[in-house]
Amino acid sequence: MEKFGYAQSPKFDTYASRLMPREEYFTMGHRSCQGCGEALAVRWVTKAIGEDAIIAHATGCMEIVSSGLPQTAWMHPWIHVAFENTAAVASGVESGLKILERKGKLSGPRPKVVAMGGDGGTSDIGLQALSGAMERGHDFTYVCWDNEAYMNTGIQRSSSTPFGAMTTTSPPGKQSFGQSTWKKDMVAIAVAHGIPYVATASPSYVFDLYFKIRKAIETPGPAYVHVLSVCPTGWRSPTDLSVRLGRLAAETAVFPLYEVVNGEYHLTMQPHKIRPIRDYLKPQGRFRHLRDPEIDYIQMRVIERYRELLAKCGLPEPEFPFLPEEEAPVEEGA
Amino acid sequence: MSAKPAKAKRVGMEVSIAVSHAVQLARAEAIAAYPITPQTHIVEHLSSLVANGELEAEFVNVESEHSAISTCIGMSAAGARTYTATSSQGLALMHEILYITSAMRFPIVMTVANRALSGPLSIWNDHSDIMGARDIGWIQIFVENGQEAFDHSVMAFKIAENAKVLLPTIINLDGFILSHVVEALEMVDQATVDKFLPAYVPRHNLDPKHPVTMGAFAMPEIYTEVKMNHQVTLTQSYDHILKVWNEWGKLTGRQYQPVERYQTKDAKILLLTMGCLSEVAEIAVEEMRDQGLPVGLLKLRLWRPFPFQDLREAVKGAELLIVCDRALSLGGPGGPVLSEVRSALYPMAERPATVGYIIGLGGRDVNPSAFKDIVNKAQAEVSEGLKEEFHLYGVRG
Repeated sequence: MEKFGYAQSPKFDTYASRLMPREEYFTMGHRSCQGCGEALAVRWVTKAIGEDAIIAHATGCMEIVSSGLPQTAWMHPWIHVAFENTAAVASGVESGLKILERKGKLSGPRPKVVAMGGDGGTSDIGLQALSGAMERGHDFTYVCWDNEAYMNTGIQRSSSTPFGAMTTTSPPGKQSFGQSTWKKDMVAIAVAHGIPYVATASPSYVFDLYFKIRKAIETPGPAYVHVLSVCPTGWRSPTDLSVRLGRLAAETAVFPLYEVVNGEYHLTMQPHKIRPIRDYLKPQGRFRHLRDPEIDYIQMRVIERYRELLAKCGLPEPEFPFLPEEEAPVEEGA
Repeated sequence: MSAKPAKAKRVGMEVSIAVSHAVQLARAEAIAAYPITPQTHIVEHLSSLVANGELEAEFVNVESEHSAISTCIGMSAAGARTYTATSSQGLALMHEILYITSAMRFPIVMTVANRALSGPLSIWNDHSDIMGARDIGWIQIFVENGQEAFDHSVMAFKIAENAKVLLPTIINLDGFILSHVVEALEMVDQATVDKFLPAYVPRHNLDPKHPVTMGAFAMPEIYTEVKMNHQVTLTQSYDHILKVWNEWGKLTGRQYQPVERYQTKDAKILLLTMGCLSEVAEIAVEEMRDQGLPVGLLKLRLWRPFPFQDLREAVKGAELLIVCDRALSLGGPGGPVLSEVRSALYPMAERPATVGYIIGLGGRDVNPSAFKDIVNKAQAEVSEGLKEEFHLYGVRG
């Protein structure tokens, strides 16, 4: 364990000494941007995974900032092959370990297998491989780092980019208000595969994230955890607001934190009062161009989806006093 | 043919089934595959061997060939002996990952049941699939009949897994006209194969006790050096390939060469073929020899690493070399084999006139008379002076 980094800050001792591992598996020296929510998430997810695990990672921001030959920021055995095939690579690692275990060629218990990829590598180009791996029932955990666009290539839109957001390929203009489609519901797609554990999480809620990853790892069969990763570079937001924005995403219900265990929905973080969506949109430059009709439409749609989620969780609806009186005239796909 | 062959059983068997038995005898531990004609019989039979407990392996039915080769990488990275098979569009879909497989040095063995590439869609045999994957950095071998398919499927694991090689290996066998025919061949028993091919011990694998990062990206300062390393390893794998083939030769009495020669003594005219058309060409060579024509046949078995010296040796003394390609490099120099052979012979002070004929595309039948016709046409062409870069033989209209 000496070769692993070790958390030594006094804050760590104060807040987390008895709950969280001190070992650092995602070490310093990686090249992520200032305020990167994803790097924060990776740090805590790798702690939750524990030492006895193998990680397969997709091409993307996190791969590029952490694995420039001959350096690496990963203390786990780690493999990167390509952009769209991480779930397939993880399937192979898991199957390979299984046969080695059966043949008595593994010295210890079978290591856990974790696949990681960005929102593009998960919900766009990697969706087929992920669907195949979930359908086949491999014993692995897939973690999606969702920073809501192709940040590594220069902030192009993905199917996970939220409605109205400005990206370099969904720019606002005389005939456009930015991204014209609603964010793809990757979590629902994972749930539809009938896998035993699906969750959303955020590094702004570290304990929630940590214990969800632990659950996912310990669940036999496929597990999927969708992590919202605030990206100051792509979201055009102040770098010191990354943790705050992750909290606002949950507090405005645009990214509620919940888990689906064997098909049963549980809200894991229920705000006493849902905040208006403007609180979340305003600090982000990518939404700066939006006018009231679009913001009202986003507000209506967010609450509509949150109500659906509450119903699935069997929870009563709070009041939403900030809702606009009538639906805004913006059409999706316009 | 000097050594005493090991205990051998001669059986009649579909060549695809023979390949799957070779993989079974090699004790492959992990297989990921996706169905594509005409490779299917190989993996169907392997999956039934696994289902019946006759092969202790993980068989993963993936959702595409792209995932098949990606899953194989994962299996190999975990430390398992890994096998897959594909054809045509499947190989094309794998394309991106094939380069990565060899660059990351995973000794995966793959059978390619060669088939034409679409479009138009054709399930029938030619070499256009593998010729699109010449530069993937794998060892690539062509076989001519069922016995060779069996032998090379076993040997491929030993070549690939050599610590000084560690490169994935493709065995090319012609779809349908080889993969689906029943041939008489000698199987080798399990004890002999076990002795020949010990259990796979990976040099690097994903192990939490010894964590490594695989597949890091390279900046311009190091990319060229990584590529040079790969190039040198692939070129030098030649010696290990021959060593394994010689060992197998001593064991079974069946000796293989990078460039096989048939009736080449005193031959002034040489045909060059790959894969199972070689057997058809042999018949034509026999008949032409009977008529007094000094014709011989070269069979290019080792495609990567390219056997430059063997080829240069083999064409010495010949006046005319006719390269028969089974793939078309559209808008280019005709056949890929032709262009490589021409380039390989170019530094020779005295070299044969080299002409190219493209035959048997998309399952078009090639019979012995076609080779005789080609020899006649090529002779006339050379005496009159070359007019065309290459010929697409037998094209109608």
